[in-house]
Amino acid sequence: MIGFVARRLLTSIPTLLAVLTLVFVIVRIVPGDPALVILGDQATPEAAAALRARLGLDAPIWLQYGRFIAAALTGNFGASMVTSRPIIDEVAAVLPHTVDLTLAAMVVGVVVGVPVGIWAALHRNGAIDVAARLLSLIGLSFPVFVSGIFLLLAFALHWRVFPVIGAAELNDIPDRLYKLVLPAITLGLVMAAYITRVTRSAMLASLSEDYIRTARAKGVPWRRVVWVHGLRNASLPIVTVVGLYVGILIGNSVLTEIVFNRPGLGKVIVGALNQRDYTMLQGLMVIYCFIIVVVNLITDLLYGVLDPRVQQA
Amino acid sequence: MTPIRRAIRRATSNPTTTAGAIITLAIVAAALLAPLLAPYDPTEQDIMARLQGPSAEFLLGTDQFGRDILSRLMWGARISLTVSLGAIAVAIVIGGVIGMVSGYIGGTFDLIVMQAMDVLLSFPSLILGLIVVALLGPDLVNLVIAISLTAIAPFARIARAPTLVLKERAFVEAGHALGYSHSRIIFRHILPNILSELLVMGSLWMATAVRTEASLSFIGLGVKPPTPTWGGMTRDGFENILDAPWLAIFPGVAILLLVLGLNMVGDGLRDATDPKLRNE
Repeated sequence: MIGFVARRLLTSIPTLLAVLTLVFVIVRIVPGDPALVILGDQATPEAAAALRARLGLDAPIWLQYGRFIAAALTGNFGASMVTSRPIIDEVAAVLPHTVDLTLAAMVVGVVVGVPVGIWAALHRNGAIDVAARLLSLIGLSFPVFVSGIFLLLAFALHWRVFPVIGAAELNDIPDRLYKLVLPAITLGLVMAAYITRVTRSAMLASLSEDYIRTARAKGVPWRRVVWVHGLRNASLPIVTVVGLYVGILIGNSVLTEIVFNRPGLGKVIVGALNQRDYTMLQGLMVIYCFIIVVVNLITDLLYGVLDPRVQQA
Repeated sequence: MTPIRRAIRRATSNPTTTAGAIITLAIVAAALLAPLLAPYDPTEQDIMARLQGPSAEFLLGTDQFGRDILSRLMWGARISLTVSLGAIAVAIVIGGVIGMVSGYIGGTFDLIVMQAMDVLLSFPSLILGLIVVALLGPDLVNLVIAISLTAIAPFARIARAPTLVLKERAFVEAGHALGYSHSRIIFRHILPNILSELLVMGSLWMATAVRTEASLSFIGLGVKPPTPTWGGMTRDGFENILDAPWLAIFPGVAILLLVLGLNMVGDGLRDATDPKLRNE
């Protein structure tokens, strides 16, 4: 197991470099001069040149690349051009809110999606299956800002069960959880829809295997056959989807944070866009890279736990 | 019968797919006929008729500038459809070429290209689109570029897998023997075999593209006002949510319906072309 973890850690280094390179390339291939984007079209050539020098954009491209990778790997994300505060501090201040939201949405997704998917698989082509498939199709068609607004209208403005504003004091745990409910459901519903689909098809595949027949033949209770033998073998595709889905979850959390007016990474990124805070955007993208690589690593390690054969590969 | 026609026939026998096609075609028709059918000019302001609820005069009500919501929805559909169709077309062409060439060449080149595609795939697509539009500036063409960038990787994967198999087949070998150029083999002999798969994928990704465009417009990175966009209208409604909730509800429902319709069609086409599901 330790060898497996070490190997996976090593293989995530090239991935991290690749994602960082992608960010560097995207920021550079986009036409237009960042200095002019920041200063506006009316900027004098001198001002633009000065800004380019300040951003290090006047250096040769390979040197810029080297500096960029070195800074990212040493955890030096630079400072915001607008507030001059270190980007890492700005991010650290709001990160708990985004982590709360993302984890809670994953819980909603798994707690709703897995049982419904199993239920649908067990009633294949029956009324429950058809309903589950239709509802999951509707669920994954909902843009999160639309579902968020609908939930807000219903449960915060009409019935007033939940607050309109989602910002909570981090120390007040009950309040923090209470204000998390609507945003987490908003963000989690789309994920629940995806997980329902994957669980259904993975369960259908695993329940038709020989070992299921064997388990039933030797008298294992049906409930145990489904939840232990069936689900364990269907878990790899589910974990894959959850891992892949984290990227979508991060993107959608931006929209959820806007709708529920919650502090978080999404609000920071939108603020940086509006203020043309170029260094902040680049720093945020690097931070997103780290998050993705860590999530991929966790997904890989989970494979090894769920299916010991993966550890040998 | 060609594979595509067979797939369409099988797909239309499924009620979900048919319903999806009807929803999608109705929205496409509303968009195409907007200049004829829209009751008002979508950008015409009428301060006397601000924030009115649905009525016989304004079927879906008016916004904070007194503009007719129904007319704006019909014109807004054009932006959603144009941007998504453009983005998916670009993604199919670029992703398809990358996938075919990478699979055809194989070896280390293939390994590196596919690694790059995996990396592109793992980056949150909305964040990617957001950054690219922000750097390029929000307009129709830049939205197409940004959204297509988020969809290139899956098309490259879809194009590559069958190319790996096809390039070993006798007709490709025959092409080599006849002295055909690589590009002729790729585009005249391999491409026709994978085109239907690319197009089915395209119909599924249209739904995602519509959602991404709406999301970017909602954030404020869509085609600039006063041009109506569904995401932008939802944002306007959201900002007036206490006075006029319908302002956010109608465009929100429009986005949901189009995405749902496209997903239903895409699902049906995929099931109809997937050999594994054929006997279900």
